[in-house]
Amino acid sequence: MRKLLIANRGEIAVRIIRAARELGIQTVAVCSEADVNALHVRTADEHVVIGPAAATKSYLDEDAVLAAAEKTGADAVHPGYGFLSERAGFAQRVADAGMTFVGPSPEAIRMMGDKAQARETAAKAGVPTVPGSDGPVTDLDAAVAAAEGVGYPVAIKAAAGGGGRGIRIVASADELRAAIPLAQAEAQAAFGNGDVYIERFVPSARHIEVQVFGDGEHFVHLGERDCSMQRRRQKVIEEAGAPGLPAAQRAAMLDAAVRLAAAVGYQGAGTVEFLYDPAREDFFFIEMNTRIQVEHPVTEMVVGRDLVREQLTVAGGAPLSFTQDDVEMRGHAIEFRLNAEDPTLNFLPSPGTLQQMRMPGGPFVRIDSGFEVGSEISPFYDSLVAKIIVWGETRDIAIARALRALDEVDIQGIKTTAGFLRDVVDTQEFRDGDYHTTWLESWMSRPADTGKQSA
Amino acid sequence: MAEHVVQSPLPGVFYRSPSPDQPAFVEVGDTVSADQTIGLVEIMKQFAEIKSGAAGVLTVFSVENTGVLGPGDPVATIETD
Repeated sequence: MRKLLIANRGEIAVRIIRAARELGIQTVAVCSEADVNALHVRTADEHVVIGPAAATKSYLDEDAVLAAAEKTGADAVHPGYGFLSERAGFAQRVADAGMTFVGPSPEAIRMMGDKAQARETAAKAGVPTVPGSDGPVTDLDAAVAAAEGVGYPVAIKAAAGGGGRGIRIVASADELRAAIPLAQAEAQAAFGNGDVYIERFVPSARHIEVQVFGDGEHFVHLGERDCSMQRRRQKVIEEAGAPGLPAAQRAAMLDAAVRLAAAVGYQGAGTVEFLYDPAREDFFFIEMNTRIQVEHPVTEMVVGRDLVREQLTVAGGAPLSFTQDDVEMRGHAIEFRLNAEDPTLNFLPSPGTLQQMRMPGGPFVRIDSGFEVGSEISPFYDSLVAKIIVWGETRDIAIARALRALDEVDIQGIKTTAGFLRDVVDTQEFRDGDYHTTWLESWMSRPADTGKQSA
Repeated sequence: MAEHVVQSPLPGVFYRSPSPDQPAFVEVGDTVSADQTIGLVEIMKQFAEIKSGAAGVLTVFSVENTGVLGPGDPVATIETD
């Protein structure tokens, strides 16, 4: 690998360019017309403007990205996260053009990208999946029988739904009998398909994921991350490791993730996501993300390894540079997504120019950003301004450091979520590690005098 | 003859239909009510509806589908009587 094209923008493009530079690899940035002055463009050795501002006409345009790679003589493409990163067809086209795709094989991307196939592969590898009916339920008796096997409460889900839409929760057979016809009618009306299926419903579920790595022959994990702090299913704060996760469940989860990676002969960095039921101490496979993730730095901070560097060397044909026995977790790390949004206006996007951008520093504080003073936060892309990552010998020390770091943020010209993040960290629930995937939204809806701290 | 110019509240990318495989919210020449959605503006991967703001006949779109809007830019013109 001599010359790497980075098919992305913002902080992750800068992150990848840094890892490439440390390996002596030349870098090519691509950018839209809106990003010509962006930091990732100036950080790279060269750049190509690949289209207009709208992502569909630039960063998502496979032809334009491939043409830029050919024009500059790149021999590898790193897709980052989002955009083209989980398109099996794009990975195939990169390979067909004689270049290295920094990521798993198109087959692995395809297999894990198909929910049903991923679930089947997981089950075959002995990875627990959410208990549920075997396909859609049609008559009431079949539904009740399925629910008995699954255990109440159960969720009735529309087969054609997704993203939380078309879900009903019932706690007993009577409720189930009443709800099935309604759920079917609703599904028919909303999605044009009345099929519904039944799944275990986990109240107060946590989202815990395992970082895995493979080189096609060896497969390892690099510990877990807790990403339960979410707003509208978007991660807000991520931790490595998961607070209060019992050792036995943690070990079983890590093992299961490595088994799944091995089952698909995985190459590169991947994340196996689990839903964790704290009440029953049970975990279930949700999906596997076949790319580097936004929150990878918290893992890097506790294992002391550069995951993007490892992606590049493995993609270049080298074996994994470490074994499972070499992986040691030290301390605790927390990442905060600082977004260009106005928390006082229901998180209204806040594009604009960064007239001031003073970011925290000092011991064990890391900032990954694609912006600096004078940068434009564009309305065309996501609202992530910077990731603030802190490390501490213990979780309590990391929390104290996080509060200090968030206090140091001084951004002018746009609204950010810095104050909101600080309020969240300062809650008793966060300090106790006592939160789950819907906790944040219920906390936000509490009256100001019973829960929330003032900003 | 009075005209109402619909302006975009936010900067972003304009869409005339709820998703690429669905028909447009409204066509030129359609009669619209004041609270009717005539398009979407995508800003930072969030979608905001653009309402007509006046009852009447939509006579022209000032921006094409997937075109770029600045805050306050004209989106469409409604003939109100």
